[in-house]
Order: sequence, then C-alpha cells, then structure tokens
Amino acid sequence: MVRAGLLGAGKMGLSHLAILGAHPGVEVVAICDTAAYVTSALRKQTGVETFKDFGKMLDSSRLDCVLIATPTSTHFQVTSEALEHGLHVFVEKPLCLNPQDSFKLAELAKAKNKVNQVGYHNRFIGTFIEARRLVRAGALGEVYHVDAQAFGQVVVKAKAGGTWRSSRKEGGGCLHDYASHVVDLMNFMVGPPEEVLGAHLRSVYSRDVEDAVYATLRYPGGASGQLTTNWSDDSYRKMSTAVTIFGTKGKIIVDRQECKIYLHRGAEFETYAAGWTIRYITDLQAPVSYYLRGEEYSAQIDAFVDAIEKSSTGKENSFGSASETDRVINMIAAAGARSHGV
Amino acid sequence: MDRILFGDNQFFGVNHMSEEKARAQAMQFRDTRSIMRVLDNAYDAGIEVFMCTTHDRIGEVAEIVRANPQRYERFKFYPCMPYAHKYANSIGEVGAIETLRRFAPGGLIETLFKGAFSVATQDLDKLMQLLVDAEMKNFAGLKTPVIFIQNVVTDLLLGLKLHSLLASFSNYVQTKYKAEAGFITMNLPRLVDALESVGIKNPIVCANINKIGFRMSGGVDVYRKLIASKRCRPIAMSVFASGAIPAAEAIEWVCGLEGLESIVFGASSRANIVQTKQLIDQRWGQAQ
Repeated sequence: MVRAGLLGAGKMGLSHLAILGAHPGVEVVAICDTAAYVTSALRKQTGVETFKDFGKMLDSSRLDCVLIATPTSTHFQVTSEALEHGLHVFVEKPLCLNPQDSFKLAELAKAKNKVNQVGYHNRFIGTFIEARRLVRAGALGEVYHVDAQAFGQVVVKAKAGGTWRSSRKEGGGCLHDYASHVVDLMNFMVGPPEEVLGAHLRSVYSRDVEDAVYATLRYPGGASGQLTTNWSDDSYRKMSTAVTIFGTKGKIIVDRQECKIYLHRGAEFETYAAGWTIRYITDLQAPVSYYLRGEEYSAQIDAFVDAIEKSSTGKENSFGSASETDRVINMIAAAGARSHGV
Repeated sequence: MDRILFGDNQFFGVNHMSEEKARAQAMQFRDTRSIMRVLDNAYDAGIEVFMCTTHDRIGEVAEIVRANPQRYERFKFYPCMPYAHKYANSIGEVGAIETLRRFAPGGLIETLFKGAFSVATQDLDKLMQLLVDAEMKNFAGLKTPVIFIQNVVTDLLLGLKLHSLLASFSNYVQTKYKAEAGFITMNLPRLVDALESVGIKNPIVCANINKIGFRMSGGVDVYRKLIASKRCRPIAMSVFASGAIPAAEAIEWVCGLEGLESIVFGASSRANIVQTKQLIDQRWGQAQ
C-alpha cells in the first residue's frame, strides 16, 4: 500500500482525496489544512489523522507520497520540504510562479529520484492524446500554426474581496490559474515555443488580476501560435478548451469530446482517410476504475501511483515538463507587461 | 417507479459528444417556452416523469406546471441536486464558506458558524439539510416522489468515504419530503456496496448503462451482474453513449438487461421522443 498525505483540502484537494480514497493501492493516512471546519469533518467522519502544520505531518505520518493542492505561491516551499523528506510529490498546476523555482524543483526531484508530477490533467484526455500522437507521427506534415482557446465562467462579475485566485501575489489570475492549462496543452501538442511575440492581459471584472489572456507565440522552426483564454465568458457552462493545429498535410481540431482530423488527398495516414475523420471520446478514452468529474482526474492519479509502485519516473507531467510551461507563462506575463507599458 | 423518464441535459447545453451540438442546443432552448414545448411533447407521448437538475431555469418550468394543474395532472418531477456548476463556479470565485452563505437560506449559515454549534464542531447533516431545502424550494406543491443526488456529489462522498451522509440524505428526503432518495453515480458497483454498508437496501440508482461500457466504472460485465442481482433499482442513463450507439441497437441491448427498472433519455424533437419511446415500448411492452 502506498501511504499518501494531502496538503490543502480545497476544491482540488478534496477531489484528489476522493480519487485516492477509491484507489485500491493507496491508503490516505494524513490530511493537512489550515481550515479546521474541513479537517475536523474529515477526521470525525473517516478517522484519518489531520494536521494544521505541514512539517508535523511530514515528521509523524511515515508517508510515501504527498499531494499538494495549496495556492501556487506556496508550492516551491512545501514541495521542496516534501522532496527533502524523501517523498514522491504530486502538485497542482501551475508548478511555481517563478520558473527558476520550477527548474530547481525539477532538479531536486531528479537528484532525490522521486516521482514528480503536476496536475495538468488534459494530458490524460484521450482526444488530446490522439491529436498529439498524430502530430508527432507526422500525419499533418510540417506544423505551421497552432490556435488554442479556452473559455469559461470563473469570474463573471465585479466584486470585492474573493479567494487567493483573485490575488496576483498568491498565483491567482487567468494566466496562471486558467491559461496555464492551455499553455501546457500547446506544449504537449507541439513542444514549447521559443518566443512570445506579444500578449495582452486584460481585466474584465477583476480588480487585481487579468480575466483574459491573448498571446502570439513563435516556435523553433518558425511556426506560429495563438492563445486565447477568457474566464469571464458565462456563455460557457464550464471550462471549454479547443486546439486547432494546421500542417502542410492537413489539420486537427480537438477538444475534450472530439478529435476531428482533416487530411489532404494523398496524405492518408494509418486508418485516417483523406478528408474528415471524426473520433469521439467514447472510443478514445480508456476507462478508469473510479470516476469523478472526468476520467483524466483519476487517470493522472493512477499514473502517479503506478510510477511509485514500479519505481519508475512517471509517465507524464513531470516537474521538468511543468517548468517549461511555467517558462512560457512567464514569457507571456513579460510580453503582457511590455504591451501595457509597465 | 415509472419505466421511461425524460431527462434534461439537452436543455442546458450538456452534450458529452460535441461542444458544438451543446451550444446549438443551448441556443435552441434559450427560453422556457421552448423547453415547455419539448416537455409537452414528451408528456403527450405518455412520459410523465421529468428527471431534472435543480438548474435555475427549472424553477420557471415548475412554475408553469404548478399554474396548470389540470393540464399536468400526472406530471412528476425527479429533482437531481445540486446543479453542481453553480456551486463549483462559486467556490472558485468566492470560496467554500461564502458559497454556503450564498445558497443556504438566509441567516442559517451565520448561526452555524458563529452560534452554539459551529461547523468546526461539525454538523454536516444539518448543512446538507439546509442545502436540500434550498434546492427543493422551486418544487413546492409539486409531485417529487424521488429526489436524487447528482453524480458529482454522490461520487465525491463515495470517494471521501462519507457514506453516512448518503444515508442522512436518504432519511431526510423521506421524512421531510415523503420522497425516496435516488443516487446518480458513475461508479455503480462501488456505490451499491457503500449504500448497503450504511443500511440502505435496494436503493434507487441511476448510472450510465450502455452497450459500449462508456463511463461504467468497473466494466459492463460487473454492471450486468449487479443489475441482475436485484440489489438495487437501476435507472439507465446515457443509453446511447452520447450518440456513439445507433438508437435501435442501444435500446435493444439495454432493454434486454435482466433487472433493469427504468430508462431516462433526453431528446429535443417530438419525432425523436416518440421514436425512442416506441423502441422501448416494443422491447418492454407498453410502459406504464
């Protein structure tokens, strides 16, 4: 049995906790959060040991691994501590606010030879995996443009106060909290860009952070990319992310549900004919043994636990890969500051 | 329980197969009148149960049904709560405590936090009751013989091993609303075990049940055995796996399952409603 601890019992923490709780190879032995109303409820109802102090949990719980779901600004400190304690670590996205810190964590995890993973769950969605496979296999020929968009309703009116998500210092804002998923997905599909040519970080309702991010990217070899994210669009019921990849032999339009492939005549690939082929999540997603909100949330935890059990380095979303994402996020932030004359 | 139930995903831009289709449907059903037209088609085709999320818009539907008791004499709601995105979006925006303050009836949360018993000392049951009452307000005076918990909450409580809360929910809707509890889940076999462990026998459950095993955690065979075992009263949803299985083939398979009690499906056109109902009736005999 893998002995797991949780740091941060908020929205994502509770979701991870449920998935861990249902995993046959995991025993959740400790939970740490500063909010007593959550920890006391969990302790009373499930008997799990709870802590207010992370260091105490690390010292006394004999953990194999820890899942960290606290505000981004805390990630560097607590992840370092956990690695120094010899634990395998899963951290919510994004890894750190400063990419230098992310690279340091990646190095540390490597030196300690511990499984390290970040919660970019889109990489566990069957449609996105198939799109990436096709791009990597050259089905589209040379990729010359990537367009990625995400919309949803996180902040849909002006308000006073709020959570850490509305504080830039703690890692709030659309760029780190929302667009990070899309940046990571673009990296997953075509690799990281080398330059951000321009970016516009736009506040719609928020006082201290941006609600929309628009950026133009340039890739090694000259391909271009366009990123459009807006979390203040309430015409979307929940976060909707779509990527279109243009290549010399065809294109792919992919979202959570569908992978739509168009190939030019003469560019048939494997079972994909010329013209349109539409593949659905129903045939591209491997089932999971416990489902909560989407297969990808369980699949990423399964992969993490599997890597621990097999003493392997993990399948996807290493700290190294998440550092690349943080580097791009940072370039977008810098380009945004330039265009705003900051 | 009725054998054929009408669902509501199509009204609220929920389509597990296509975001484009979901958006087209959200546009088609932008006003309550267009929703009522489809519900009337279903009701007139002999489907008397509307299994619906406690979405704000459903309040308007409930209003119309309440105002026309003769027209809708046999009309029943199976409310499914909560409309999770409402809470999830709110938690992301203002945090958990503020969200509870927003959705539980006035002042009571204040009492919980400041008063004699705080949430720190714990009364999850009381909190659950407040939220259920808030969600049920829209259905006052209407027939709600079964009240469901949505899968995101059922399955979260299942994973967190807060099974006793599922039992409390069941007791509460029985006492307060004279209704049976229903549980929507993506993890049927695990859920039935958990419910039995807290003394809920033969529960009403609603889960994806389809020929290709889409979102059936544990797999088709485990589901088939469980359904045949009569340990629960299952309602099949996502029978067409969001369109991945042709209608006739999907219905033929699901109606052939031993022990299946009911089917819930959604459709936007009269023709589709009538056709689907006919397919089920042909396999099951004239439904009640």
